[in-house]
Amino acid sequence: MTQVEDFRDVTVTDGSHNSPPKAWKWYDYFTFNIDHKVIGIQYLVTAFVFYLIGGLMAVAIRVELTTPDSDLLDPNLYNAFMTNHGTIMIFLWIVPSAIGGFGNYLIPLMVGARDMAFPRLNAIAFWLNPPAGALLLLSFLFGGSQSGWTAYPPLSLVTANTAQTLWILAIVLVGTSSILGSVNFVITILKLKVPSLRWEQLPLFCWAILATSVLALLSTPVLAAGLVLLLFDINFGTSFFKPEAGGNVVLYQHLFWFYSHPAVYLMILPIFGIMSEVIPVHARKPIFGYKAIAYSSLTICVVGLFVWVHHMFTSGTPPWMRMFFTISTLIVAVPTGVKIFGWVATLWGGKIRFTSAMLFAIGLLSMFVVGGLDGITLGTAPFDLHVHDTYYVVGHFHYVLFGGSVFGIYSGIYHWFPKITGRMTNETLGRIHFALTFVGTHLTFLPMHHLGLQGMPRRVAMYDPQFTTINQLCTVGAFVLAASVIPFTINMIWSWLNGAKAGDNPWNALTLEWTTSSPPLIENWEVLPVVTHGPYDYGMNPQNAGVNNDQTIPVT
Amino acid sequence: MKQVPASLLTLLAGVMITLISFWVSQHHGLLPEQASAQAPLVDRFFNVMVTIATALFLIVQGAIVWFIIQFRQRAGDETDGVPIEGNFSLEILWTAIPAMIVIGLGIYSVDVYEQMGGLAPTHKHGLIAHQTAALVAAGDTAEPTIEPSPQYGIGAPAAESARAADLVVNVTGLQYAWLFNYPDSNVTTGELHVPLGKAVQLNLSAQDVIHSFWVPQFRLKQDALPGQATVLRFVATKIGTFPVVCAELCGGYHGSMRTQLIVHSPEDYDAWLAENQIAQSSDLQQKIAVTAEQSDAEMLAAYARAIDINAETLTQLHPNSL
Ligand code: HEM
Ligand SMILES: [Cu+2]
Ligand SMILES: [Cu+2]
Repeated sequence: MTQVEDFRDVTVTDGSHNSPPKAWKWYDYFTFNIDHKVIGIQYLVTAFVFYLIGGLMAVAIRVELTTPDSDLLDPNLYNAFMTNHGTIMIFLWIVPSAIGGFGNYLIPLMVGARDMAFPRLNAIAFWLNPPAGALLLLSFLFGGSQSGWTAYPPLSLVTANTAQTLWILAIVLVGTSSILGSVNFVITILKLKVPSLRWEQLPLFCWAILATSVLALLSTPVLAAGLVLLLFDINFGTSFFKPEAGGNVVLYQHLFWFYSHPAVYLMILPIFGIMSEVIPVHARKPIFGYKAIAYSSLTICVVGLFVWVHHMFTSGTPPWMRMFFTISTLIVAVPTGVKIFGWVATLWGGKIRFTSAMLFAIGLLSMFVVGGLDGITLGTAPFDLHVHDTYYVVGHFHYVLFGGSVFGIYSGIYHWFPKITGRMTNETLGRIHFALTFVGTHLTFLPMHHLGLQGMPRRVAMYDPQFTTINQLCTVGAFVLAASVIPFTINMIWSWLNGAKAGDNPWNALTLEWTTSSPPLIENWEVLPVVTHGPYDYGMNPQNAGVNNDQTIPVT
Repeated sequence: MKQVPASLLTLLAGVMITLISFWVSQHHGLLPEQASAQAPLVDRFFNVMVTIATALFLIVQGAIVWFIIQFRQRAGDETDGVPIEGNFSLEILWTAIPAMIVIGLGIYSVDVYEQMGGLAPTHKHGLIAHQTAALVAAGDTAEPTIEPSPQYGIGAPAAESARAADLVVNVTGLQYAWLFNYPDSNVTTGELHVPLGKAVQLNLSAQDVIHSFWVPQFRLKQDALPGQATVLRFVATKIGTFPVVCAELCGGYHGSMRTQLIVHSPEDYDAWLAENQIAQSSDLQQKIAVTAEQSDAEMLAAYARAIDINAETLTQLHPNSL
C-alpha cells in the first residue's frame, strides 16, 4: 500500500528479533517488546495492578466514612487517598486498560494487520505508564497530592507542592502516552486494514477506538497546557492562576474540563466498542443498527467537545454559558441512548448464552441506564445548582464508570481471555464474580444519590451525623466490591495456568481475531485472512440459522 | 387458550408505566424540605425529570429482563438467532423521541432558570442601594463608583428584576469558615441571619481558595471565588435553621466547613440585628467567633488561630463595604 506500511515492515524486521521466536517467553512481557499483543497484555496487567492499589485507597476512604468524624485517617491523608484513588482509576486503570490494553491487543487483529503502524512508538507509549504510576506513589512521601483529580487552583497551588508537582508530571506522562497511542490507532485503522475488509465491515470496536483517538488528540493537549501552567505557578513563580497576582482561577477550570469532559468519553467509547463485539457473539444475533452505532460514536466525539461547562455551572460562568451548555449536554444523551437501544434490540430474537462475558455486558446495559438518566438530570443547570459537588454526582459517575467502564472491561476480559491465553475461564467463578460486583455496585452507589440530594457534599472526610446510616450502607457495598475482586483474580491466574484448552474460536465468533490461533502467532497470521462475511453475520449462514417457530420476524 | 392481543398488552403496559412514573415522582421523598422561593421551582423540575426517567428506566430495564428470559438459549440449541440487522423506522423513532424529550427539557430548563433569577445575576441594584446608603450615612456626596467586573451567579428573578434587594450581605469564604458581613449595619457574624420573605442578596468572595456556598433546603449553590465576585439572591420562605455547607474542596477540613442559616420573622430579625449592632460596636476589638460544628470543635481548635479574624482584617476583605 503506502509508505506507512513500508515503514511498519522495516520496523518489524529490523527489530531486535532478527528471526522472531515462535512464541514469547514469560520474561518477554517484562521487556521493551514491540509486539502489539505483548504491549496489550502489559497494559492490561499493569492497569489491573493499579486498579487493586486504587481499590485499596477506596476501601480506606469508605472505612473512614463509616463514622461522621474524621477518626481513622488524618484529613489531609484522606484527601490524598481521595485524589489518588480518582487519578489512578481514571488515568492508570480505565484509560490504559480499555484503550491501551484492548485497543492494542485487538485493533491489528480485527483489521487484519500484523502489528500496529508504529510498533516502537507503541512500546514507548506503554512504558510511559509505569513511571507515571511510580510518581504518584512516590508523591505519598511528600504528603500526596490533595486537591482532587481536578486539581483546581488556588488549592492545588497552596497544598503539598512537591506532591502536586509529581502529580502533574504523572498526568503529563500518561497524557503523552495517550497522544502517542492515539496517533498509532488512527494510522493503523486507516492504513493497515486488509483490503478485503470493507469500511462497512469494520468491527464497531474499531470505530469506537477511532472516535476515541480523535477525541484524545483534540483534547489532551489542552489539559497538558493547563497542567504545565499550573506547574509553572507552583514552581517557577508565574501567576497564571493566582488571583492575588491577576491570575484567573476559572480559566484553569475551562482548560481542565475542555479535556476532562471528553475524557469521560475516552473512558466509555472503547467500552461501548467492547459491548458491540460481545453482545452479538453471545446473543447469536447481528448487531442491531450497525450504522447508527458507528455514527453515534462519531457524534458523541464531536458534540462531546462542546459540553464541558456543565462541570462549572456553579463557578464563575455567565448565564448564557450555563444555558448553552445545558442544552448541548442534553443533546449528547441522544446518541448515547441510540446505542443502548441498539444493544437491547440486539438481544431480541437472539439465543442468549449467559457466559461470564455476557453477564457483565447485560449488567452494564442495566447499570448504564441509571448512570445515563441521572447524568441527564445533572446536565440541567437549574437542578445541577443543587447537586453539583455532592454525593449525587459521586453516585452518577460511579454508575457510568464502575457500572459502565469496569463492567465492560470485565466483559472484554472474559470474552477475549481464550484468545489471549488459549484457555477458557472458569464459569462458576465468573458467575460469583458477576453476582458480587452487581450487588456491590448498586449497594455502594445507589444510596449516594440520596445522600447528595439531602445535603452531603463530596470530598469530605467528616460529615453531618444525620447521614451516618446511609454512609454505612455504602461502606458495606464497598466491602462486597472488594471481595468481588478475589474470585476474579483467582479465576484469571488459575485459568491461565490450568484452564481448558480454548481452540481458535470457542465462541464461534465472526470477527478476524478469531481466525488465527489462540494465542495468536507472533505476527498474527501465517497468511493474512481474506474477509468473506460481515463481522456480525450471525444467523445468516444456513448451517447455523435457527428455525424460529415461536415468534414472527418483523420485516426490516 | 386464547391469546391476549399484543396491542392491548402494550396499552396496559403503557398505562402502568405512566401511572408508576407519576406516582414515583410524587412520592420519592428524596429531597429535603423547601425553604426558599426557588426550591419549589427546582423540585417541580426535578419531579418532571423523575417522571420521565422512571418511565425510561422501566421501559429499558423491562425490555432487558423480558428479552433475556424469552430469548435465552434453550438446552441443546446450538443455532443462531434471527438475522435482523436493524429497522430503520424503529431507529428513527428511538432517536426522535429522546431528541424531543431533551429539547423539551432544555426549554424547560431555561424557563425554570430564568424564574430562579439565573438569567439576571447582576448586583447593580443591590450594590447601588447599599453603597448609596453607606455614603449618605457618611455625609459623602460623591458619585458611588461601582466596580465594572461582571458578577455571575443567581440574581433577581424576572418578576422583580427592577427591585433592589432588601438586604445585602457580604459573604467571605476562608479555610474553613464563612464570614457574613452586614454592610448596612456593621455587623459581622459566623452565622447567616436573614428575615423571612425578604429579597436577600449575598455578594460572595473567597479569601484563600475556592469555596462554594450551598444551602440544601434552598436548592441553591454558588462558588465563592478568590479574585472574582459572584452573587446569590434568594427569598427565604420558611422560618428555621438550615445548614450552610461548603461544597467545593478547600482543604483537609473542607467537610467541617459548615455553619447555619437562620431565617427569622422580620421582627425577630430586627431584634437580632439591633442586639448585634450594639454588641459589636461596643467592642471594636471584638473577635469574631466562628461557629463550627460541635463535634468538630476539638479538631478545629488547632485552626482557630488561623481563622481568628478581627475587624481590621475584615476591612481589608471588603474594602468597599465598611
Ligand atoms: C448521558 C450521558 C451523560 C451525561 C448527560 C452526563 C452528565 C454529567 C454532568 C452534567 C456532570 C457534572 C455534574 C456536576 O459536577 O455537577 C457529570 C459528571 C461526571 N460524569 Fe457524566 N454524564 C454522562 C455520561 C457519563 C459517562 C459516560 C461518564 C464516564 C464513563 C461520565 C463520567 C462522569 C464523571 C467522572 C463525572 C465527575 C467529574 C468530577 O469529578 O467532577 N459521565 N456528568
Ligand atoms: Cu462532563
Ligand atoms: Cu470547602
